[in-house]
Order: sequence, then C-alpha cells, then structure tokens
Amino acid sequence: MSARISWRTAAGGLIHRDRRLRFRFDGRTLTGVQGDTLASALLANGVHLVGRSFKYHRPRGILAAGAEEPNALVTVRRDAARCTPNLRATQVELYEGLQAVSQNRWPSLRVDAGALGGLLAGFLPAGFYYKTFMWPRRAWTACYEPLIRAAAGLGRAPEHPDPDRYAQRYAHCDVLVVGAGPAGLAAATAAAQRGARVMLCDEQADFGGSLLSDAEALIEGQPATAWLAETLSELQGNERVTLLARTSAFGCSPHNWIALNERLTDHLANADPASARERLWQVRAQQLVIATGAIERPLVFPGNDRPGIMLAGAARTYLRRYGVLPGARAVLATACDAAYRCAFDLQAAGVRVALIADVRAQINEALQSEAQRSGIAVMTQATVMATHGRTRVRAADIVRLDGNRKPLPGARREVCDLLLMSGGYTPSVHLHSQSRGALAWNEPLQCFVPVPPAYAPLRSAGACRGLFERAAVIRDGRAAGADAAHAAGHGDGSDNAPAALPTSGGDAYAGALPQPVPGAQGKAIVDWQNDVTVADLSLAAREGFRSIEHVKRYTTTGMATDQGKTSNLNALGIVAQQLAQPVADVGLTTFRMPYTPVTFGSFAGYARASLFDPVRTTALHPWAEQAGAVFEDVGAWKRARYLPRAGEDMDASVERECLAVRRQLGLFDASTLGKIEVVGPDAAAFLDRMYVNSFSSLAVGRCRYGLLLREDGFIFDDGVIARVAEDRFHVTTTTGGAARVLAWLEDYLQTQWPELQAWLTSTTEQWAVLALQGPCSRQVLGDLIDGADLSPSALPHMSVAHARICGVPARLFRVSFTGELGFEINVPPEQARAVWDAILQAGQPHGITVYGTETMHVLRAEKGYVIVGQDADGTSTPQDAGLGWLIGKNKPDFVGKRSLQRPAMLAKDRRQLVGLLTLDPTVVLDEGSQVMAQSRSRSRPLGHVTSSYRSPALGRSIALAMVGAGRARHGDTVYLPTLQAEIPAQVVAPVFYDSAGERLNA
Amino acid sequence: MPELSFAGPGVRTLPPAARLVLRGALAVRTAAARALNISIPEQACRALDHAGGAALWLGPDERLLLLPRAEGLTAADTLESALRGLPHAVVDVSQRQIALAVSGAQAPALLNAGCPLNLDLQLFPAGACTRTVFAKAEIVLWRRRSDEFHLEVWRSFAAYVAGYLSEAARDLPGAA
Repeated sequence: MSARISWRTAAGGLIHRDRRLRFRFDGRTLTGVQGDTLASALLANGVHLVGRSFKYHRPRGILAAGAEEPNALVTVRRDAARCTPNLRATQVELYEGLQAVSQNRWPSLRVDAGALGGLLAGFLPAGFYYKTFMWPRRAWTACYEPLIRAAAGLGRAPEHPDPDRYAQRYAHCDVLVVGAGPAGLAAATAAAQRGARVMLCDEQADFGGSLLSDAEALIEGQPATAWLAETLSELQGNERVTLLARTSAFGCSPHNWIALNERLTDHLANADPASARERLWQVRAQQLVIATGAIERPLVFPGNDRPGIMLAGAARTYLRRYGVLPGARAVLATACDAAYRCAFDLQAAGVRVALIADVRAQINEALQSEAQRSGIAVMTQATVMATHGRTRVRAADIVRLDGNRKPLPGARREVCDLLLMSGGYTPSVHLHSQSRGALAWNEPLQCFVPVPPAYAPLRSAGACRGLFERAAVIRDGRAAGADAAHAAGHGDGSDNAPAALPTSGGDAYAGALPQPVPGAQGKAIVDWQNDVTVADLSLAAREGFRSIEHVKRYTTTGMATDQGKTSNLNALGIVAQQLAQPVADVGLTTFRMPYTPVTFGSFAGYARASLFDPVRTTALHPWAEQAGAVFEDVGAWKRARYLPRAGEDMDASVERECLAVRRQLGLFDASTLGKIEVVGPDAAAFLDRMYVNSFSSLAVGRCRYGLLLREDGFIFDDGVIARVAEDRFHVTTTTGGAARVLAWLEDYLQTQWPELQAWLTSTTEQWAVLALQGPCSRQVLGDLIDGADLSPSALPHMSVAHARICGVPARLFRVSFTGELGFEINVPPEQARAVWDAILQAGQPHGITVYGTETMHVLRAEKGYVIVGQDADGTSTPQDAGLGWLIGKNKPDFVGKRSLQRPAMLAKDRRQLVGLLTLDPTVVLDEGSQVMAQSRSRSRPLGHVTSSYRSPALGRSIALAMVGAGRARHGDTVYLPTLQAEIPAQVVAPVFYDSAGERLNA
Repeated sequence: MPELSFAGPGVRTLPPAARLVLRGALAVRTAAARALNISIPEQACRALDHAGGAALWLGPDERLLLLPRAEGLTAADTLESALRGLPHAVVDVSQRQIALAVSGAQAPALLNAGCPLNLDLQLFPAGACTRTVFAKAEIVLWRRRSDEFHLEVWRSFAAYVAGYLSEAARDLPGAA
C-alpha cells in the first residue's frame, strides 16, 4: 500500500492543484499544493507518522483536521529566532519552503530511544511522580527530575529574542460572531441586515466551517459553495461588517470582553518583516454570538493511538476539502450515525471500506441500506478490541458485544491502513463556559450543552449548542443574529426564536460515550496529548479521587496544550462509570483561556524595548546624558546616579561629589520629587487630618517636614510642605510615592470629608527642581535672584519665597536634604535648562559640582535623614524612625493616630533607627546585614542594616540600622555576621555629621 | 524643546499653551467664564472651543482651561481676583503637559491601539473629552473634529505616547 507516491485524488476539494509548493518535514523535501495544511500535505505524501507521544514516546499520526489535533504537534522554523514549537500541523497553512520538524523524539521519528520508556510504562502510572521516584530523596533533583524532563515534553522554545512585530487593537461592535461556519455566517448576515455593526471571526483562512468539506451539500435549494459565495459577498459589501479570518477567539471575560488573536503573516512564504505577525484584538461586544461548532469524539479502545487511526470526520475533511485519500483500506468503528457519511464518501472516492463496526444494537435503516448499496459490511454491537502495526496501523481486531456491551469471545481481524472512529460530537462550549455560562447534560445527545444565560448578552448558535442538522443550524444562526442585533438596538426582534434541540437519541448525530472494554490488553488512550489511559483514570478512581477536578490534576487528563478538546468528555464518561454516578453529577472541569495556544508576542504587542514601559525623564536629562551621567531607575524615572569624570569609578565620583557639597557647592536635579498643590479655604484643615503634624499653625512663607501614616500607624510617605499662600500649600512627596500619595489623599477627600473645600492637583511636572546645596550656595544664588532676600533672617531654613531667577518666576525653597545650607529652586521645565546653565556658570568660581542620587543618599545618611521605603519599610512607626517628635501633641486626630496607641506599637523592644560605626572604619557593611547582640550568636537577630555607605566627610564607613530597643543600646557593640567573617560595630545615634545643625542654619 | 517634538503619520505636537485647572462649584465657573470671556461646559465629558483655546469638562467640579500661552500669564491672576470670596482652586499646569494632535480618517483606529474607549462618532462625537488611558499613560482625550483628536499628555510621558502612536501607525491599513 505504501508503494503509492501520491495519495491525492484526481479532482475535487478546495485546493489549487496547479500551484505546487515544496516543503520540508524532518529534512525530507515533499510537495503539496496551495490550500493545503501541513497535515493534509503530509497525508497526500503518505506520511502518517508525525510525532511521538508525551510520556511513552508512542508513534503518533494525525488524528483530527482542526484545532483539536492532539498528536501532530510540529515546530515550524523560518530561522533561529523565528521558530515556533507545538503548532498543530492541522492548522499550519502550507507555503513554499515551509520547514517543519517533529518533536519529542531522538534520534529520529522512526527510531526513538525514548520509546524504551514505553517498556517502563508499568512504572509510570497516574501520579507516578508522587510515588515511584520518591526514594532516595536526593535522587529526585539529581537524577529523576532531569531524566523525566528530558524524556517528556514538547518542542523547544527559541532562544533568541523574537524579531517579529505584534500589533494590538481595541475594538467595539454591536454584535461579535465567533465562528464562520453555517451558523455564524447566518447570524452575521441576519445581524448585519438589521443594521448592526458586526464583527465576524474564524480561526481558519477561509470562511465556511463545515461547508468547506461539504461543497456539494444543498442549502435552501442551492449548492453550499454558491450559498457561501453569496453570503460572503453580502458581508464583504457591508461597510459596517468587519471580517477577520485566521482569527481565534481565545478568551471571553466578563461583560463580553473578548480576546481575538489574528495571524497576519504566518501563512506567507516571504512575509514583509516590517509588518506585524499577529494582531491581538480586545473587543467589547455589546452582544456575542458563539458559533464555534462541535468537535468529534474519539472512541476509547486498546491501541487506539497508532498512526493511521483517525477521527471519521477528519478523514472526510481530508478527502473532500483537500482531495487527499487518508488510506487505501479502511475500517470504521462508530457509535453514531454521522460517521456513516464519511464511510460512504471514502468508499465512493476509492478507499476500500472493509467494515463498519457499530457499538449500537439498533441503527438507522436508511443508513444500513445505503451501506449495503455501497458494498460496505456493517457489524452492529461490535467494536475494536485491539489494533496491530507499529508506525502505521496494519489491522484491527473486531469483537461482538453482548447486551451489556461486554465483549463476546472470538475476534475478527480486519486488515486496514486506516482505522476511523467516531463517538459522536461534543459541542465547543469553551467561550460560553469562560463567560461563566452554565452547562447542562443532554441525555439524548450525550453531551453538555450551554444553558442560555438569563441576562448575559451572549448566545450560542448551531452545533456548539447541540444542533447538528444543517437546516436547523442555519435557522438557529439567523435567529441568534436577529436576537443579538435586536438586543443591541437594531431590528424589531422578530424571527429570533432559537431552533429546538433534538429530543430523542434517534437523532442522526447522537453519540454514545465509549466504554472501556473489560479484559482488553494494551493501552486505551483517553488523552492523546498527555498519554492518559483508561487504566490511569480507573486507578485514580480506585485510589479514592472523587472530584473530576482532582482526577484531572492527578492523572493530567485534559491538562495538555489542547486542554482535552478530544478527551474531556471521554474521561468524564469513564470516571462516571468507575464511580457509578451519572455523568451529569460528576460534572466538567473548568474551561480555561486560551482556547488554543497564543504567542507571548501577541500579549506583549507594542510593549517591548523602549515601549515596554514609559521611561520618564526630566527637563535636565539631556544635560545629564551629555555630561556622561550614569542613570538609575526610580519608579518610571531615569535619575542621574553619579556623574563620573574621566577615569573615575562610582566610589571616586561619589567621593568627589560629596566633598564638593560639604566644602563648596553642589547642584542636583530633584525634578522627579512628587508635588501636589493643595488649594482651598480648608486646605490646612485637610492636611492637619492627613499628616501627623500640624499645618494650620504653619505661617505663610514657611515649610514643615510632613509625615504621612497609613491607618495602621506605619509610615507611608514623607516630604516638605510649604505654605505658599493662606489657602495654598505646595506639598512634596517621595519620587516613587507621588502617584499613590495623590490617590490616597484624593480618596480621603472624596469619601471621608467631601465637605472640605480643598482641591488637589498634581504639579510634579509643572516644576523642575534644582537643588543648590553647600556653603557657597547663598552667595552664588544671590547674584541670580530678583525679588527675594536670601539673608538668614529673611529666608531662614525651612522657608519659601516667590522670586525670579534669571527672569524666570520661581518658587524658592530654603530646604536641605544634605545638611548644608541649601536651596531648592522650582522653575517651569521649559526654562529649567537655561536656569541650570546660568547657575553652573555662576558657580564655576566656587567649584560647583553636579551630583547624583548616590551622593544625595550618602549626604542624607550622614545626617540621619530616613528614606521612606529604605530605612522606614512599612513596619516602622514615627517613633521607630526617630520621628516621634513630629507628631502634633495637641492634634485631636490624624490618619493613623489611633493605631499608634496599640500596645504593640508602644512596645519597648520595637526596632528603632540607630547609627552603626564598624570598629574597623574601612569596612562598609552590606545593606540588609543582620545585627546580632552577641558574637557567634545563633539567637534571633536584633535587627538589620538599612543604609550603609563610605562617608567622605567623615573619612570612614557609616550605617543606619533598625535595631530592637536600639536607642537604649547606644554605646553597645553588636555583631554583623557575613559569609566570610563577623563584623563588630558600635551602636551610636543616627546623626553622624553636624548634629547641632549649624551648617544647615548658616 | 526639540526633544518634545513628535511627528508621525497623522501625529504632530501642538504649540505651547497655557493651562489652568479650575476647581469649584457652578458659581466659580460662572464667574470664571465672565472674567476670561470664555464658555465653560456644564455637560459631562464635553469641551467648548473658544478663540485659541477651550474649556474641558473633566469632573463635576473640575475643568481644564486651555488658553494661548501669552494670555495664560495673566489669566491666573485675573481668575484669582474674579473668584475672591468663592471657595475655589486655580492651579497653573501650563508646563505639566504637552498636547499632541492625532488626525485623519484612521485617527480612531490609531488611538484604539492603546486606548480602550469606543470612539464611534455617535458615542464620542466632536466636542467629547475625557480623561482616559493610552497604553500605560494617562491622557486627556478631546475630539476637536470628527477626524481630529487633541491629546493632553504629561510631559514625561509624551515621548512614550508619541513613540507608541508611531509604532502602531505602521499597522494601519495602507501604512507604508
């Protein structure tokens, strides 16, 4: 049989026979035609063996013809970076030069060393990793896990960055129709005719669904192809209709928020690298019509997974849509009527159908007589007991069943190279279920069907709700489209009654759940992709698993990349039988997104490289870049960390910058500081309620350091607040806290005290902030300022003035985060660079030095100023951080006040901010080091180091730490263990430099 | 400010403007409109154009006033005098943000690359405005005309928004 070179029919199908395409599979060059999928092209070349199974490395062939394919997973490679694993060959459109390789085999598909694992199958039962490989314990990480990982698995992810582009788009429509089979096309047409804005998507390249394998069928008197062409041309001609081919609806979120993945270039031989490969659509549909069809169920019998064993409907699709004969001699095992049509078509096309084995006792007389006319033998109450063949099925053993479907002795061996099976159809209820829609077991149809939701704006139509007869499907689609349009405000809502579901099991498409054959030998596969067998499910039931969700996780059935599209219902039937419970009571596992795998690129979209996240820069960023600054990320901001001169490393640069500020003059870009303008007659009252300290008592023109607590009493944020007018405060926050502080304040204002007449406006970016710090700052600034007196009496530490600098209106703060005399000059960002340049020039005689955030950190640590989020970490009270003195003693209340009175907050042994001086002044502690009370102690640490630097001003190392009862330990020696040694340090007060504050107040 | 100048298919930077946030009750808006000789919208999510500027409804007690840059210098002072005695807030945010124009027949599609709003002309007609998001940035979106949108973007997010728009513009139908 395999001597044949081409298995292509002489005519028929929707392929372009004259457009031949060469492609490679596992290094072999083969030929297909335009219109083929990789699967149909492989079958046309007589290639059935396409993969090895996940666990046992069993040879596998093509089972299906669509998204449900569990076996034929391939890697399609364009280059080292454009290499996509785990694609279903049934969905890969063929193009000239396509290169595909099979997966999970070594050294080759035909000879696979991993198949030896099949001999060890007895050691790999359900949950084997919980049992077999438990001893010895160490062997799991050293030996078992690496071996299992190497043996099991799918394709390899590419190791290079993805060079492709991915587009994203939000969209809205009145009616989204998912699936462009007969039901979906009818629904879209009906909705569009009523004036609705319609989107129609289908995962395939061509619209038509089941009609594509049934071109000769008659629809309302005309051939399906003509009906299809007419319908499509009507939809294409309507500008309110968007048609999306190659687009999978893979997820349905609340309120009809539906995710679609459109594949734009994967089908092209030479895609333009500039164009996007995929587009993620996020659609908010007012109304949704789900028309996703149904998936054929395999039968479960021993040896049901050899290459050449195929779903009956898939064989019919290969024949009629792709003009491919999937074999020469076929046997059909069925539990439903639908499969007979496949047998007749194959027989007519020249495949010898040797036998139909039907598990049912009664079958439709019309079918029986048609089989007779076609010369096909039919055995009722019969099924497959075993199969033969290694890399392709050679024969099937057929047995008769008694009234209880138990096999009778004696088997008939039928030679065949194609074994077809059909257990009926399972409606694709994935999207309905993802929308939280309920499912109901339908006994006559032997499947779950969607329960129409009472209120949700969605409905199922056609085969996905259990309708299989084509005229009813189209009627149902039209009704769903009309109903959806009406619900979205279009049309009068007539003709919107859904078609009735069949009520009897005699319906032509009713299936029966397959049963395990008692006493049968060999593996009866339930889940092809995860290699789960009837024995595994039975074992799980015997071991006490009752919930189908637990059985799923224990056996991994339905957990592969196909999410059990072909296996879930069969697994359920077997578990129900084992538990002696009705299927409906056992229930289904959750249907999860995505329906089929989606590339990471599609989710990422434009959010990569420079567009991954906004990169916020200040007006002075270009200057810093030119000056060779090294930047660090603070929130979304880029901040200059240090500005090294030629030959300097970070330590040298920071040392120079620190000394310049302490001795002469430093300039710093503090623009990222969060700023909020709080304005209104109640502005002071509002701040009093939010901050621990009082602001109503703050005089206009003065500043106060404010501390904000959460309701639990822990420090939330801090910043200097200036009263720039009676009813106007300029509030600053930490750089990283700006957005959350604004939201937090706004929340209180709107929900707790809406009666307060105060308003908040973010001004972070309205002001660039230039911090001029150092003993020479007043002198230099004085020459540039108009309209303000900088003398200590007129503008003392913690005050603010309106002034002009270089002619630019400015808010001039006399504040310091360095401990030196200093000013923070707030100017609008468009003028910031000019002011910056002027200050640099004026400061030149005084050795002005631009410093970065690292120097800012060292200088503030020398002064013991805490950084919220570093020294105070979300478990620190004001008292812990040494800031208890800030709390307004006379304030009746503020956010967090009550929490501060809780006993735990007053405990004596709470961690408190202290300074640490290592006994060896050259040793710089690691931040995060643990602080121990005794040398070589193994008891609980007293605390940890929060900030640690070399202090150029002091010529030694310094550190801040949070230490239990730390303020009572000043003078004690503590020990900080490291991997290498133990470092002794003395506990001191946390202010290392100018503790009297003389420099600050100069 | 060359680093804040963006242009792409249908995207351009608008000239500097003065911007004032006006907060307060109806009496504040009435007095402010009279003082500046402009119209201030009372309808939610609507903007009213005036010579060289506009007033945008951003919240029940919040309006964003856009004025020519030259007028902005005095407008805040004019408002403060006109609103004396009325509880209010006027905050100058002229340089907090910049404005981009996105125009052309494909402008809604381009904006929908990052903005989840339904920009159907019936639902978001000319004159509509709202605070919304564009990808990971907050923006104020105002439809000046059916095929022209005005975006207010905080200055440090402007490069991101403009970069995102120009990248997304490559995927519009007919893009080169």
